[in-house]
Amino acid sequence: MTLPTVLPLLVWVLPFAAFVLLAVVAPLRRAGPRAGLLSIGAMGVAFMAALVVWVEDFRGEATWSWIPSDGGPIATVGVLVDPVSNAMLVLVTLVSLLVQVYSLAYLGDEPPASLGRYYTYQSLFAVSMLGLVLSPGFLQMFVFWELVGLCSYLLIGYWYERPAAARAAVKAFWITKLGDVGFVIGIVLLWSATGTFDFGELFAKAQEHALAIDRLGTIMFLIYLGAVGKSAQFPLHVWLPDAMEGPTPVSALIHAATMVTAGVFMVTRAEPLFALVPEVLTLIGWVGAFTALLAATMACVESDIKRVLAYSTVSQLGYMMAAAGAGAADAGFLHLLTHGLFKALLFLAAGAVIHTVGTNDIFRMGGLFRAMPQTALVFIVGTLALAGVPPLAGFFSKEAVLSGVWEAQLTGPFLMLALTALLTAFYMFRVVFVAFFGRAFGAGHPHEAPWLMRGPLWLLAALTVAVGIRLAMGGEHEAPAWLVSLSLALAFAGFALAWAMYQRGVVDPATFASALAPLDFLARRRYGIDALYGGLYRGLVLGFARLIGWIDRYLVDGVLNVLSALTLRGGDGLRRIQNGRPQDYVYGVAFGVLLLIVWAQLWR
Amino acid sequence: MAVGPLTLPILSAITWSPFIGALLIMFTARHRPRAVRWIAVVATGISTLLSIYAYATYNHEAAGFQFYEKLPLVPPLGISYELGVDGISLLMVLLTSIIISAGVFASWTVAVRSQEFYALLLALVTGVYGVFASLDLFVLFLFYELAVLPMYLLIGIWGSSGEVRPRGIFAWAYRETGVGTKEYAAMKLTLYLLFGSAFILVGIFALYVSAGAASFSFLELEAAVFPLGLQRWVFLAFYVGFGILAGIWPLHTWSPDGHASAPTAVSMLHAGVLMKLGAYGVVRVGMGLLPEGAADLAWLVGGIACINIVYGALSAMAQTDLKYVIAYSSVSHMGIVMLGAATLTETGLNGSVFQMFAHGVMTGLFFALVGLVYEKAHSREIEKMGGFGKSMPGIATAFTIGSLSSLGLPATAGFVAELLTFLGTWRSGHRWWLFPAVAGTFLTAVYVLRVTKQIFWGPPSPQFEHLEDARGPEWIALVVLVFVLVLFGMVPGLAIEPVDTATVPLLARIVRP
Amino acid sequence: MSGLQAYLVLAALVFAIGLFGVLTRRNAVGILLGIELMLNAVNINLVAFARFNGDLGGVVFTLFTISITVAEVAVGLAIVIAIFRVRRTVEADRLDLLRG
Repeated sequence: MTLPTVLPLLVWVLPFAAFVLLAVVAPLRRAGPRAGLLSIGAMGVAFMAALVVWVEDFRGEATWSWIPSDGGPIATVGVLVDPVSNAMLVLVTLVSLLVQVYSLAYLGDEPPASLGRYYTYQSLFAVSMLGLVLSPGFLQMFVFWELVGLCSYLLIGYWYERPAAARAAVKAFWITKLGDVGFVIGIVLLWSATGTFDFGELFAKAQEHALAIDRLGTIMFLIYLGAVGKSAQFPLHVWLPDAMEGPTPVSALIHAATMVTAGVFMVTRAEPLFALVPEVLTLIGWVGAFTALLAATMACVESDIKRVLAYSTVSQLGYMMAAAGAGAADAGFLHLLTHGLFKALLFLAAGAVIHTVGTNDIFRMGGLFRAMPQTALVFIVGTLALAGVPPLAGFFSKEAVLSGVWEAQLTGPFLMLALTALLTAFYMFRVVFVAFFGRAFGAGHPHEAPWLMRGPLWLLAALTVAVGIRLAMGGEHEAPAWLVSLSLALAFAGFALAWAMYQRGVVDPATFASALAPLDFLARRRYGIDALYGGLYRGLVLGFARLIGWIDRYLVDGVLNVLSALTLRGGDGLRRIQNGRPQDYVYGVAFGVLLLIVWAQLWR
Repeated sequence: MAVGPLTLPILSAITWSPFIGALLIMFTARHRPRAVRWIAVVATGISTLLSIYAYATYNHEAAGFQFYEKLPLVPPLGISYELGVDGISLLMVLLTSIIISAGVFASWTVAVRSQEFYALLLALVTGVYGVFASLDLFVLFLFYELAVLPMYLLIGIWGSSGEVRPRGIFAWAYRETGVGTKEYAAMKLTLYLLFGSAFILVGIFALYVSAGAASFSFLELEAAVFPLGLQRWVFLAFYVGFGILAGIWPLHTWSPDGHASAPTAVSMLHAGVLMKLGAYGVVRVGMGLLPEGAADLAWLVGGIACINIVYGALSAMAQTDLKYVIAYSSVSHMGIVMLGAATLTETGLNGSVFQMFAHGVMTGLFFALVGLVYEKAHSREIEKMGGFGKSMPGIATAFTIGSLSSLGLPATAGFVAELLTFLGTWRSGHRWWLFPAVAGTFLTAVYVLRVTKQIFWGPPSPQFEHLEDARGPEWIALVVLVFVLVLFGMVPGLAIEPVDTATVPLLARIVRP
Repeated sequence: MSGLQAYLVLAALVFAIGLFGVLTRRNAVGILLGIELMLNAVNINLVAFARFNGDLGGVVFTLFTISITVAEVAVGLAIVIAIFRVRRTVEADRLDLLRG
């Protein structure tokens, strides 16, 4: 145990301590804002520590036995500190900290007990996410993987009295759990083949080409399924838009910046293993690109501002996965980091808008630039970053992803991603024009959010710009010039289209939609995927369950009840022989004796 | 086999303390309900403290059976009162202590004939302790019966009836047998378990005769060598006999009816501990004495366990009565226990024993909670409930934690158990077992969360506005169970270290085919 | 027909008459009388065997039987009277308290 492992461990321990305190000491939890301050304080110190870890570029590993067995521990837990986890530590603690500060104002009207519950969950989430990031092996990753899923479930269902929130929470848990079924089978298989969960050992074997396992492709595919669920890849993306039922800061933290990127993080982390199975990588690339495009089309027809952002998140996760699939995991990871910043920014800004306007529908907003210029400004910064406009952070990471995919000669995915870039600019500026410009909606008096909320916004906006500039000065972007021009052209085309349709009114959105009627029809119905799952669940799972329940109750148990009923009836029949008249009994005795005598005479 | 120095016979004290408590309750506490409860608390408290002490002082290096006691009862027949525990049985003794302590608190509000209720409950617990601690098969059988029989009265008198509509081609039989009533449930449970114990008795006598050592002692029978043919059918007899108590398909139907009808503490004890008696019997007596028979029939045990897992989960999903949901989830989870044992691997068997413990605590918690919910809302119909989270946040939290353990969420004991079992399956002779097992956990997530959502989430309905959260003694039960569940989930070594000392030698005797 | 055989035939006849009485009489007192006859048939057998085998054991048994018969009649009649008090009848057909 040296400083390079102790300090990251401290980053993990602080929120853990906050969580335990809040969970166990009920009065503290019920104190509401004070519980929040405790959680924020722990997070703040953790952020400082994470910053130190990152700046000093610590590396190290420490593990302890977790599940013992006769021949050494089956599973270990510990911390793995390297550049990837360091960067994630900073991102997670930073966004967590900002979101927790922001929530103090955003959820200010909540009853103290509920607020305390919220911060308990937030602390637990931080613990889980940091534990995931620091995992030195698949098992620990899976443990925290499930725990972040739990937090997501709890926080989506924070307003548990709303039926929609309750449904969404359960749906999110089920769908991600479906992916985790693959994950757990994958790691069980991997352990059975190699006897270890540890990344270090596995990677060493992979490097020496000593990882000659049958069906490694299958195993890695199964593990990837976990990422499909968690990172909302097609076809398990359906839970993420619904997850917007949770409070907006939760969406910013969990469903945009951190948890949903866990899948990408996992694929990045296990990249040496995935590199051994190119066919799975190709699949990851195609699925990622397809997800990106699919989600982008759905974002274009959505009118709920949070859902637009949710689809956008799905789409960007597709980008990251496509990069990972193309073997450019670094590019995907970079996009993960930058996206974490500006998507959190977008969500928090949207939250500020929703907080004052009281609706999620962009068509019931309008003209907000005047009422809340600061929020509008940061939202536009986020939009520009997402659309990939230099010199903002998103531009460079997106460039890196696109060039990575191009270099891997995945032409199909590249085209899909390029189209997605156009759509991204379009749907984001659609929101900007409709919500912040255009005609002001009469009702209410929208105003700027309090400083507690604006502070994090400005900070994130500044970081988005700063990181972009830092990347530009780093000069690390090696994308060919034509690619830069192409993506700029695409972004501009998207912008222009949105401007023409929603600002100038040159093109009527309705006519445009009818021109693309089938697509519009499908996109508005989420391509029927939700309905498909609903049908499968109700028809297949519940139907089958009902059938089994019926069989159990009326067949398996029925046979038993028939046996016992027959026994009862048999007893009842025999009972009637005993009619209570002693003389009949004596007849019986007499006949019995007679029979005995006859038997004795004839057969002896 | 180290015979300990003559100190306090810890195992006897653990075993008989509840029985003495029961006698005291019967003879000294008539019409004094508070005294009844406090005697019960003290009696079970002594057992609990002693079992924690035994657990803490168990020597992992020496392993084997410790805290050994022996007292010849019928020397000519080789029957003796012989107690001793190894890692597996010690964990089960601890589990029993935890559940009964919580159960005593959870049934604090029993109003009718509480004196007899507590006396029977404590007598039953003595039987359970006795089975786990006995090393003499004859005495083990006696304790086994002592654990099973009070159940009939406990369910028949203090139980509650549900409603089952007669349907299907066998409807007439349902009307005639009175399906759904507590009398039916009590009778069904008793007959089933006695049917099973007939098999067990035959098996025990077969071993006694075949070994020719004129001894019922487990240790002496362990040394004997039985021919494969005998091993096979005697293992089958033990599997069916003990398996009925462990809820193996298709002989499981006594358990949902029984659990649903039984009063809270009895459901807790029954699903939490008594079903483990069955699994423990299969592992200790079946696998321990008949290694070749066990290896030969592992395919059957594991195959049926897989059916249990999936079938139990689907049945649970179909239920509308909360208690039935939990009861069927037990059927499903006991499948994991049997599956882990059937893998015949160290990991799998550790997982199996861990699951016995985890499921025991979890289901104890569940039944305690269901009892509380029922007591307050006077309904077990899931569809009629809703939004209870608002009025009973404590119960909702505990229920959620139980649900999470049930679906195998990390940081709860359920996860470790399931993970170890999964790891074991792929290294066993029948890899495909992994798939139904994992599918079962997913199905569990579906039905458990569905129930949680329906009961505790959503808008509170006006008729349930005045519900109260758990109170004093009930809190003790809940907190203890939740704490154990999380503690063993985070530090699984607590249980696995002693258990491992027992499973490794046990498996060493089994030559895998 | 030798001496012993004659006694045995007599005993068999008395036993058959007694059994007939037990089976057919409807009055409980009649049934009791039938039982007496059957028991006495046995007594005849015992005494006959004792006489012809020169073994006094049979006579001893007979004395036992007679004393037991007395007790039996006493108890039997007491039961009959008790039943009569309750049910106002001693007709065997109506007395089915033993019915299952």
